Amino acid sequence: MIVNQFLVLAAALFSLGVYGVMVRRNAVLVLLSVELMLAAVNINLVAFGAHLQDTLVSGQVFALFVLAVAAAEVGVGLAIIVLIFRNRQSANVDELDLMRW
Amino acid sequence: MNAFSTMVLAADVPYTDGGMLAQMAWLIPVVPLVAMFAIVFFGKRLPYRGWELAVFSMGFVAAYGIVLFVANAASGIVYEGAIEVATIGSFTIEWGWVVDGLSIMMYTVVGVVGLLVFIYAKGYMADEVRYTWFFASFTLFGGAMLVLVSAANMIQLIVGWELVGVASYLLIGHYWEDHENNAAAIKAFITNKVADVGLVIGVIIIGVTVGSFRFDDVLAAVANGDSALAQVAFWGGLALFIGAMGKSAQFPLHVWLPDAMAGPTPVSALMHAATMVTAGVYLLGRMFPFYQSEMFGADVKTIIIVIGALTLLLTGLIALVQTDIKKVLAYSTLSQLGYMVVAMGAGAYTAGLFHLFTHAFFKALLFLGAGAVIHAVHSNEMTDMGGLRKYMPGTYKTFLIGSLALAGIFPLAGFWSKDEILASIQYDATSGTGGTLASFVLVVAIVGAFITAFYMARTVYLTFFGEYKGHGHPHDPKPVMLYPLYALAFFAVVAGFVNMPGIFTGFTDWVGTRMFAAGDHHAESLNLVVAVIGLAAAGAGIALGTRLWRGDAATQEERDRFRIAGLYPLLERKYFIDDLYLGGVVGPIKGPVARFVDWTNTYVIDSVVNGVAAVSMTLGRFVYGGLDQRGIDLAANAIAGGASEAGEALRYTTTGKVQQYVGAVFLGAIVLVVGFLIVT
Repeated sequence: MIVNQFLVLAAALFSLGVYGVMVRRNAVLVLLSVELMLAAVNINLVAFGAHLQDTLVSGQVFALFVLAVAAAEVGVGLAIIVLIFRNRQSANVDELDLMRW
Repeated sequence: MNAFSTMVLAADVPYTDGGMLAQMAWLIPVVPLVAMFAIVFFGKRLPYRGWELAVFSMGFVAAYGIVLFVANAASGIVYEGAIEVATIGSFTIEWGWVVDGLSIMMYTVVGVVGLLVFIYAKGYMADEVRYTWFFASFTLFGGAMLVLVSAANMIQLIVGWELVGVASYLLIGHYWEDHENNAAAIKAFITNKVADVGLVIGVIIIGVTVGSFRFDDVLAAVANGDSALAQVAFWGGLALFIGAMGKSAQFPLHVWLPDAMAGPTPVSALMHAATMVTAGVYLLGRMFPFYQSEMFGADVKTIIIVIGALTLLLTGLIALVQTDIKKVLAYSTLSQLGYMVVAMGAGAYTAGLFHLFTHAFFKALLFLGAGAVIHAVHSNEMTDMGGLRKYMPGTYKTFLIGSLALAGIFPLAGFWSKDEILASIQYDATSGTGGTLASFVLVVAIVGAFITAFYMARTVYLTFFGEYKGHGHPHDPKPVMLYPLYALAFFAVVAGFVNMPGIFTGFTDWVGTRMFAAGDHHAESLNLVVAVIGLAAAGAGIALGTRLWRGDAATQEERDRFRIAGLYPLLERKYFIDDLYLGGVVGPIKGPVARFVDWTNTYVIDSVVNGVAAVSMTLGRFVYGGLDQRGIDLAANAIAGGASEAGEALRYTTTGKVQQYVGAVFLGAIVLVVGFLIVT
């Protein structure tokens, strides 16, 4: 089995995610882009897992972990964004410079 | 009529070792010393503020002393216990306790007189400062004397000797708020120290020559005619006697004793009766055969009798012109100590110790009586007294008994002991080795008896007769002070009956145990001629005193100023001996020596100190200015400034914008990946 196509797909997906995180202004879309990056990682994990035919199927298991963590992250992240929106009537990340000096 | 016998070594006389009673006698000095520490640490928390401990310890000593006294009277006791403390070369240092006639007599005197004085002191010191402290020092005084008395060797004797000196210093200076009292305490201490040099030299000479510091061994060497000891005996004996002169205040080292009146009256009573001043006579008694044997200290004996005679006459004369009642008694003590020393010099061991024994009771009585008077009229001066017979009958009666006993009136205690001394001198002059000198001393002693009676008559008349000249309303003291007076008056009457030559010779047997008494001449019958002459001299003194001072107050004081041109100022200035010491010893030391010390201080020590200070300051300035300010501070500031500026510059990178941070992280990841690829 050839993993190259999977890796290319994952790299493309990851780059798309990075692009989205860096240029998108809406916090919800930033969150979605992060999910894209995580999906790229999952593809890599599953692809390598299948390629190496690991008896412990650790690649697939890690992919499941990542999914669970991503779900939790989205839950918490969305809640934070909703809260920020309620307080500021905006979810624009450019305006969120609370961590500034 | 003139029967004397000379005691040789008493070893052939049967004596017991005293059993348990003597073995436990180490408690006698230890109990007061323990009590002293207990008073120091717990005294103030006790209901009587430490007094009960002091009285308990003295009561113990008195009880033990009396039990030993009775046991010794029944069958003589000779015992010496010792524990080894240290070994230095071939010398063994021991802590010993002697139980024999001489020490038992001293235990009893110190215990009984001490107990009565301690009881009296509760009343006398009631409202005084440092009450508990006083009793701590007082107990130390008694305990130190007992250490001295129980000493079986000369090292322990020195320990007790110096402890007595320390305690007397503390007590004489008890009212240290007044500079004069301080000066008196220092004077007593220094005078004693001067004499102590003699004692220590004597102990070293004798101890090293014999190879042992035990009195036993020294006297055994004397008995065996040790030739090495014989060679140094004169100087060793003389040095020891100088030590004894200091403690027993013999002329010309007597100057401290009258000044010692600065202490509270109970201190004077104890010091003049049972402790301190008796130490010198006691030492002469312990070393008696040493001074008595030809080839050994026999030459010193001449010096001893001369010093004693000088003391008894000269100090007696000073007592005549004193106006302070305590000082009269102080000079009287000096005079009586002269008698004791004369007796030792005349080879009369029993007589000297017998006078010590009886004198302890009536002199303590006189001092406590004087204390009661002072307590009542708030003055030491006899010019503020007079007529107290009516106001203080109890004190008057006991004081009169004490005065008559001191004057040597038949049959009170002083008569027996003074007569024994006179008879001994007479024997020494006619049959002994004294010769013409002893005849001369006999005359001096009889004149001394006259003077004693004369000044005691003056004291009694000025204090208790005539009109009261002071202020306030004097009255007899509280029972706690009065009953000790009665007890001592009882002893002043009966103490003499323990040695009535020809009738009852108990005292001679009691103190004459073992070799300490070897060479003693003691009277076997009353020497009637001497007794009558002595009594007549005392009677004449009292008669002249009565003639001069009996009468109404106005002329009484007038007659007290009787003046014999040339003599009176001499007596008032105490023969200029104090001035001689001040001008001849203290002055030169204070003058050139003080100036030299001052010069050394100013120019040598100060310049060294200033030099060191200047170097330190320069060094300090360099360290501060050069090193600290310019070096270390600069580096520290530069580091701090750099960190601060870097922070200023970098703070603009923290924009708070999440996406910039992400970009930075991503960029960083790319750099890491690229770097990783290049390296591998």
